[in-house]
Amino acid sequence: MKDIKFYKLLVFVNALVPLVLLGWDWRGGRLGANPLDFLTRTTGTLTLVFLVLTLAVTPLRKLTGANWLVRLRRMLGLYAFFYGALHLLCYVWFDKAFGLGAIAEDVARRRFILVGVLALTSMVPLAVTSTDKMIRRLGGKRWQKLHRLAYLSAVAGVVHYYLLVKSDTRKPLAFAAVVALLLGYRAYVAYAKGSAPLSLKTQPPPR
Amino acid sequence: MLIKKPGDIRSSEITDRKVYLSRRNFMRGAALAASAAATGLVYRRLLAPEVEVANPTARVAPGSQSAPKNWGLPGEEATSYQQVTTYNNFYEFGTDKYSPARRAQVMVTRPWTVAVDGLVNRPKVFDVDELTRLFTPEDRIYRFRCVEGWSMVIPWLGFPLGELLKLAEPRGNAKYVAFETANDPKRNIPELSEYQSGLEWPYVEGLRLDEALHPLATLAVGIYGEPLLPQNGAPVRLVVPWKYGFKSIKSVVRVTLVERMPPTSWNLANSEEYGFFSNVNPEVPHPRWSQATEQRIGEWGRRPTPAFNGYADEVAGLYDGMDLKYYF
Repeated sequence: MKDIKFYKLLVFVNALVPLVLLGWDWRGGRLGANPLDFLTRTTGTLTLVFLVLTLAVTPLRKLTGANWLVRLRRMLGLYAFFYGALHLLCYVWFDKAFGLGAIAEDVARRRFILVGVLALTSMVPLAVTSTDKMIRRLGGKRWQKLHRLAYLSAVAGVVHYYLLVKSDTRKPLAFAAVVALLLGYRAYVAYAKGSAPLSLKTQPPPR
Repeated sequence: MLIKKPGDIRSSEITDRKVYLSRRNFMRGAALAASAAATGLVYRRLLAPEVEVANPTARVAPGSQSAPKNWGLPGEEATSYQQVTTYNNFYEFGTDKYSPARRAQVMVTRPWTVAVDGLVNRPKVFDVDELTRLFTPEDRIYRFRCVEGWSMVIPWLGFPLGELLKLAEPRGNAKYVAFETANDPKRNIPELSEYQSGLEWPYVEGLRLDEALHPLATLAVGIYGEPLLPQNGAPVRLVVPWKYGFKSIKSVVRVTLVERMPPTSWNLANSEEYGFFSNVNPEVPHPRWSQATEQRIGEWGRRPTPAFNGYADEVAGLYDGMDLKYYF
């Protein structure tokens, strides 16, 4: 696909739309009666959405043969990390007023916080090693292996969501179903191909 | 092989390179704008709170604009009418805060009766308008603390629950009061399935009789001097300001005096997390979050939560000798 630059721009702009609207609505006082809660929840949901989009690239690519899709994956993953970082900022700022003691207590005592921290911290090495230089330095195989941490991040993110809702579990379960489908596809392909995980054989690291 | 002569296309018909490129740029710009607009629409549809409330029955409360900013709690301003009437938990109408204001407007709230029965000498079914004639509603400005960690200050219009109970003359063996929300399909209450909401219907709540007779326990019929809107529990609801909000059952149709502790909806759904008493207690965290602080709606950041929601002087005596960590 020659036009990859344009498609990257398309993804970049569209992924920014929710952030722009959030800021716009915030300024205009349209975030409802509890804007801080809305900001926290929405950035959390967006993190999951971009994790799902990132994990959808490989199945889509294999099913459609549109190999150029893989070149959009890095940006989607970085957006997941970006919205995740904003989500963390909301929590640390609005909920804990940057109180380190209260945060530490929360992480120690509350399972859903701990799982959320796990989901986010497992994205850190992925963001750090997302540059071309780091891919070369690590080598394709090791890079691929490391970046399977994205699976852990998605699963932990969904569990975090499921643990925090009061009683209506429909949305977390919907995310769980989609993540299960995307990971299940990978497991199925790996199983069908034999013992070696699919990505090592068929998926060169993007350049 | 025949190669057509280039003369077939006159040079004047060849699109100029500049025009071609600018056309391509135009198409790309259009694609960008269209996709961004579509993404924006999807975002708005799925994630943005719908705060524009079409309220066919709502009269704008005159009090909400002309009333003094402080309705009586020193140093604490009343939460705005707009916020009190758009940010609600009413699970029959949906599990997010904005659904009740959008969806509860269809609820039929007249005629409406409240039955007072059970272990009383004088059981009776009251019309709700009869209640407001018998017991003159007065302004009662209370803090309202939700178990989820947010709070409001609400100028209710209501009367003491105890007056109604005394009229019915509780018998000596009556120890508890059970309450029930309407679930008559003719009232257009949609009632999400148990799978959707996690709750069974009708919504039920309960108090110990001495709690119910406490002068702070209120039956509210209005907010800011106006009749209750459906999303706030029209036409009559309980307000127990020292307990978490879910104890303050909405749209009450039955008040029954009983001998044993009655079942309560959230306790039935999850007894580990929601106790029968559910007094506001910063010392006892919810299993999944702290109760030490709260997000006062309209404020930036969180404020500390006081014991019994700031009503310890009035109600702490009800619980003398009780381990409130055990009876949470």
